[in-house]
Amino acid sequence: MTEHVDIAVIGAGPAGANAALAASRHGLSVTLLDEQSKPGGQVWRARSAAILDAPSTPESAAGGALRQRLQNSAVARLGDTRVWQIERTEDGWVLHLLRQGRVEQRRARALVIATGAREFVQPVPGWTTPGVLGLAGATALFKQDLTLPGQRTVVSGTGPLVFFVAAEIRRLGGEVAGVITPNGRGDWLRALPAMLSRPDLLLRGARWVADLMLAGVPIHWRHAVSTVAGDGRVAAVGFRPLDADWSPVGAERGIAADSLCLGNGLIPAVEAAELAGVALEHRPELGGWLPRRGADGETEVPGLFLCGDGAGIRGAAAAEIDGRLTGLRAAQHLGAETASERAALRPRYARAARFGMAMTALSMPRKGLAELTTPDTIVCRCESLTGGVIAAEIAAGAGSTNAVKSGLRAGMGACGGKFCQTAVARMIAAAEDRAEAEVPPPTARPPLRPVPVSALAGEFDYSDLPIPKPAPL
Amino acid sequence: MSQEFDIAVIGGGIMGCATALRLSEGGMRPIVLDQGDLGQGASGVNAGTLSLQIKRVKLMPYALKGHHAWEAMGEAVGFHKTGGYTLAFTEREAGLLHERQALKAGAGAPISFVSERELRAAEPMLTRKVLAASHCPEDGYANSSLTGQYYRGRLRDQGIAYRERCPVTAIDRDVGFALTTAGGPIRARRLLLAAGAWLKPVAALLGVDLPVRARINTVSVTERMPPLTASVIGHATGLLTMKQKPNGTVLVGGGWQGRGTPQAGRGQVSADSVMPNLALAQYALPALARARVLRSWTGFEANVPDFYPLAGALPGVEDAFVLGCVRGGYTIGPYIGGLMGDFILGREPELPLFDPARDFNEDTI
Repeated sequence: MTEHVDIAVIGAGPAGANAALAASRHGLSVTLLDEQSKPGGQVWRARSAAILDAPSTPESAAGGALRQRLQNSAVARLGDTRVWQIERTEDGWVLHLLRQGRVEQRRARALVIATGAREFVQPVPGWTTPGVLGLAGATALFKQDLTLPGQRTVVSGTGPLVFFVAAEIRRLGGEVAGVITPNGRGDWLRALPAMLSRPDLLLRGARWVADLMLAGVPIHWRHAVSTVAGDGRVAAVGFRPLDADWSPVGAERGIAADSLCLGNGLIPAVEAAELAGVALEHRPELGGWLPRRGADGETEVPGLFLCGDGAGIRGAAAAEIDGRLTGLRAAQHLGAETASERAALRPRYARAARFGMAMTALSMPRKGLAELTTPDTIVCRCESLTGGVIAAEIAAGAGSTNAVKSGLRAGMGACGGKFCQTAVARMIAAAEDRAEAEVPPPTARPPLRPVPVSALAGEFDYSDLPIPKPAPL
Repeated sequence: MSQEFDIAVIGGGIMGCATALRLSEGGMRPIVLDQGDLGQGASGVNAGTLSLQIKRVKLMPYALKGHHAWEAMGEAVGFHKTGGYTLAFTEREAGLLHERQALKAGAGAPISFVSERELRAAEPMLTRKVLAASHCPEDGYANSSLTGQYYRGRLRDQGIAYRERCPVTAIDRDVGFALTTAGGPIRARRLLLAAGAWLKPVAALLGVDLPVRARINTVSVTERMPPLTASVIGHATGLLTMKQKPNGTVLVGGGWQGRGTPQAGRGQVSADSVMPNLALAQYALPALARARVLRSWTGFEANVPDFYPLAGALPGVEDAFVLGCVRGGYTIGPYIGGLMGDFILGREPELPLFDPARDFNEDTI
């Protein structure tokens, strides 16, 4: 039997959780689903039991407050739950879930998707060496377990995250061998006016940089990691200066390190919205390919609403308010009166979004960075496909991500293309001198996450299988 | 500036490309147009099964020739002749299997029934619940994902023009045909419609109503697994096809229906179809239970009411032709494309074509 609720929310980060809370306050029955066991998403990830007594951070405090509010609310929480398929029916939505090794269904009249973002890493030679972590991935280690990436770490990447990760490593007692960022100091100066919309966040970032400078950590502005050396474990990190377009220009230098945190901005996780029937559009200022949405998270699909970084990278501060707006908009769809409440929230959202979009602009890789991927560099990790193999397929006429996927299986492995497709799309656009907006990601297909055959088959008797009549002879 | 060709082929799947290759060999200058990428419709997303055991009796001569065509394409299309077993789990299914395979064997397919001991020796990991099993040594599979890559290379090698992501939005009769496309105007003296499930809207551009409908077939693939099966496995009802690729992934199909229409994108997977499809696969091959499904997808298989091909002159439009709609079109495609090419070149095809002007409600084949 499937439960039927008013609103199902996929993703319990700042956006999804606040959407659920806002709708719930209007008396609607809301179920909040998330892959993790506790709400908070990646940015406000809950601590493991072993480190509950560690000093509080802004992230742990915000996450703790959110979890408390959810605890005190009527929102039904479904953790450790993966949504593998989304289907629209005449009167709403069916979500197909994987929980504790079994599939089950939930029905909802309206659906809010808040699946957040994932990290983009521009592949460079050696980036798959053990000891290389994503920048955002490293923050998960800190937040959940206070674990460091290694003894001596190079931290490299775009936007503010590189400074947050370096500062956290130092706060937790690790050594930062160097910070390498493709952004120049001038990029940050240009972002200042927008950052003034959130002085609190600006101040926090300035403290990270000041801490690194006081500690004498070298910061290599307008540089990027170009190679990772090490046999079975990171031993050294090579880096090169960049030009204004972020093409590597000068000679490589090296830093000895046993670990590297590497990230080049976030990419909206759009697959769930695509399965729900929303068309994508290319919005580089918001992270690239996005599901198309209107005011307060509404979409062209009746009963479907989107919020948070999955609908455009604007950061956690904006996602929180975006979630509330979207939850209220979904409640309005089901008959609640929320227009004035939403109007009151919009100026705050605009300020937070302005700040977040300035950070996105700093984080988005510029064209030249792709030149760091050499012909020998692994681009598709699941299938061990190098840049050279993919370039050859493109040169042989494969002019779309679907065509490259068909010919080479890039995107058919366990990650479903989440690691490689942005790099592949940019390779196609560069090789054929087309705009990135002309090279969409491959068709999204279920399952959104791998599902065991045993779970899909479930317990069954052969005679129960709904076998239709055979094909004509 | 418009370009003039001897023939424009609308639809760059197996049938369109195979016809273009034959026409080019015969001295014509074709251009192949596809709304998306070459071989990304049914040609590129079907399960790749090449099984005489699931072919229609009257199409068996074509299927046998098709098998030879795939074998000749070989490694470039991921061809593997593994032999195939078709399984029956109930008395009713066993009766159906015996009855059907006798007719197919009579039509020329080398199908025989195997004992339980023979089946177990060949496929030790199959379930013990098999009541009857037929075998065909000619059966196997190709990798449909490679269709686009393969034909793109063949067209390039033969110097045949093609345009991808180039939908045709209007067709005007002039001296020949004037096509309005996303890539600019194109003129051609003749026209071949080979647009698969999109034949109906394409024919409508010429004012012709073709009774083409589409089935929405579902295919799923697992992660890489240790060796589980070496053959193509089918089910008496045709509702399961399964094979393990050399890379270890297991591909499961069988014509379970998804949702959507060709006009509205690529179709959607229906969980209510995927789940019993995989349950049936796991029933046949219990060790499949441990595999994780990584991707399920749908493809549109075009058909007309009698489920036989459309292959011949387009009714009412001089110098226009149509090719499509075969149950088992992946198997037959490369061969029937050659026949179609011969017909357009004014030669007598080796086997008869299928008149698109026939009465689809009568048994005319």
